[in-house]
Amino acid sequence: MAYLNGDERKELAVKTTRRSKPVVKWILISVSALFIFFMLILPLISVIVNSLKEGFDFYFKSISTEYVRAALLVTLLATVITVIVNTFFGIMASWLLTKFSFKGKQFLATLIDIPFSISPVIAGLAYIMTFGRSGWAKPVVDFINSTFGTDIKIVFAIPGVVLATIFVTFPFISRELIPVLNAEGTDEEEAASLMGANGWTIFKRVTFPHMKWALIYGIILCTARALGEFGAVNALSKTRGETFTLPLEIDALYLAGSADSITASFAVSSILVIIAVIVLILRNIFEHKSKAM
Amino acid sequence: MYVELKNINKSYGDFKASKDVNLGIEKGSLVALLGPSGSGKTTILRMIAGLERPDSGDIMIDGVRVNDVSPSERGIGFVFQNYALFRYMTVYENIAFGLEIKKMPKKEIKARVEELIELTGLKGFEKRYPNQLSGGQRQRVAFARALAPNPSLLLLDEPFAAIDAKVRQELRSWLREMIYKVGITSIFVTHDQDEAVEVADQIIVTNKGRVEQIGTPKEIYKNPDTPFVSEFIGRSTLIEDYHKLKGFEKGDYKGAIVRPEFVEAFKADNKVFSDVIDCSEEGVVTDILFRGNSLELKLNVNGIELTTFRSLERRKVEIGEKMRVIIYRLYAVDDEKAYLLENQELKNKDIKNRRLEAYLYSSDGYFVV
Repeated sequence: MAYLNGDERKELAVKTTRRSKPVVKWILISVSALFIFFMLILPLISVIVNSLKEGFDFYFKSISTEYVRAALLVTLLATVITVIVNTFFGIMASWLLTKFSFKGKQFLATLIDIPFSISPVIAGLAYIMTFGRSGWAKPVVDFINSTFGTDIKIVFAIPGVVLATIFVTFPFISRELIPVLNAEGTDEEEAASLMGANGWTIFKRVTFPHMKWALIYGIILCTARALGEFGAVNALSKTRGETFTLPLEIDALYLAGSADSITASFAVSSILVIIAVIVLILRNIFEHKSKAM
Repeated sequence: MYVELKNINKSYGDFKASKDVNLGIEKGSLVALLGPSGSGKTTILRMIAGLERPDSGDIMIDGVRVNDVSPSERGIGFVFQNYALFRYMTVYENIAFGLEIKKMPKKEIKARVEELIELTGLKGFEKRYPNQLSGGQRQRVAFARALAPNPSLLLLDEPFAAIDAKVRQELRSWLREMIYKVGITSIFVTHDQDEAVEVADQIIVTNKGRVEQIGTPKEIYKNPDTPFVSEFIGRSTLIEDYHKLKGFEKGDYKGAIVRPEFVEAFKADNKVFSDVIDCSEEGVVTDILFRGNSLELKLNVNGIELTTFRSLERRKVEIGEKMRVIIYRLYAVDDEKAYLLENQELKNKDIKNRRLEAYLYSSDGYFVV
């Protein structure tokens, strides 16, 4: 298989499918389509329909309240910072794990995946235990505040929201990059360094072109996940209109329970749905590009 | 000596990749590092390049100790086993890369790259990417890229390994020709003795981290120094009861190496061999294999199985046929050395027929070094 190019591989895949009976194919298609329709598409449509139940005026009014605007700002801020931090971390970690060999490498690779297997709520609680009133890192933060005259708060403040979002999304980029860099090996870097290229030039001209599309794809995934994060942030954010992100705002509106607020919560949800659809389209484009190279 | 390795040792954990390696390579020569896999040949190459550091010993290039000189400053070009071409750069960009790193003016880069593209016959492929080239073309690009910064030493790691058998033959002579044209001292690693014999003018045979022998292909072939070389080169078989063969006496050896070309099998009525037929003994054909350009005969001589090649132009033989067999020579081996043993009966036979030259190395026969 490894020696086939893209077209040959597709051809082979088609041939393999052809061998199985058409009945099987149609049953599989129907089951998948029905499943996706009832589990995903129908609920999403109902979000949009419900959000417009009271008409467009109500829709625009409910997505432009102060609370929603504040929540959108917090969400975007957290997402932007998260993506920047995780991009750096992801490149660094994948570079380290693929181009160097050292003791405990496998262990480190496993550690990076922790957020995949831990419930986000636990992540949020972990930060409370660390930076909260009785947390071990509290004196450190207090010391910094008293020395520099700053007033940094972490738990129940924006930094906590950002930290929680970073925690939950940090494997996304490195997970996309590691397979690509692993497949590439270190020959080209070695060749470049033999010709006298320094580390930065090697990264810029040899390694980066390899990971470009995978990186963009990873960033998109990370963005999507950061926008929608609920559990971890929920543990660390308690003030509506200040530290609430969009998912928390939606939850608050819904829990308020009045018919109006429920419709409003659907309206706000539709913002996330629209962003999700855009991300999905971008994802498809870049996934295709990353595979084409 | 242009390149010299003195008392080089190198280990990877418990594995000794180089054991007290000493070798010298003259300027302008084309040298093969030949050995089975795991014999330490690639380690030697990588240490010369500076990609690995020796644990002890000195590496000299052009009279300067380069142990602490960085790879990029040793003035070497390196062709990697799988070429390691930059996938996301065109042929032109690949060749230009090393020159750009050296901050050569754009104009000069262009001239140099074009010169190399011309030399390697890659005209018209400048804008292609490596995955749009055949194996042979990739090798050319790798060669051009390594030569671009005008190195004084070219190192090639298994340059033909990634190429299919048919093209390989063609590329061997191409590479040899190119290297002579450029006139650069070159060292290449190979596990294929045919490749070494055909391309190199000096062969360094390595085994288990040691240098076994250094010499021209003919010397290596004709006068193997050690048991390993005598067995590794050519199609060799070790026999223990060599003294049972006519013309050889038992000595203080462990056994003897025999190659197919050392064995002559002919029919009893063959006129050509009539004056040496007394030196022959009986052998029974046990198997015949068709080798395309010849037949491979397996013969049972005195309970010893011998192999020889037979031209397709000669008379037909059959399995079970009794033939006359002469063994011209053997390499007797003990633990340390290999010794040439010539057929004593043949040697002592005072025959007018000067074909004796063809039979024995000692009479300066066809195989003149």
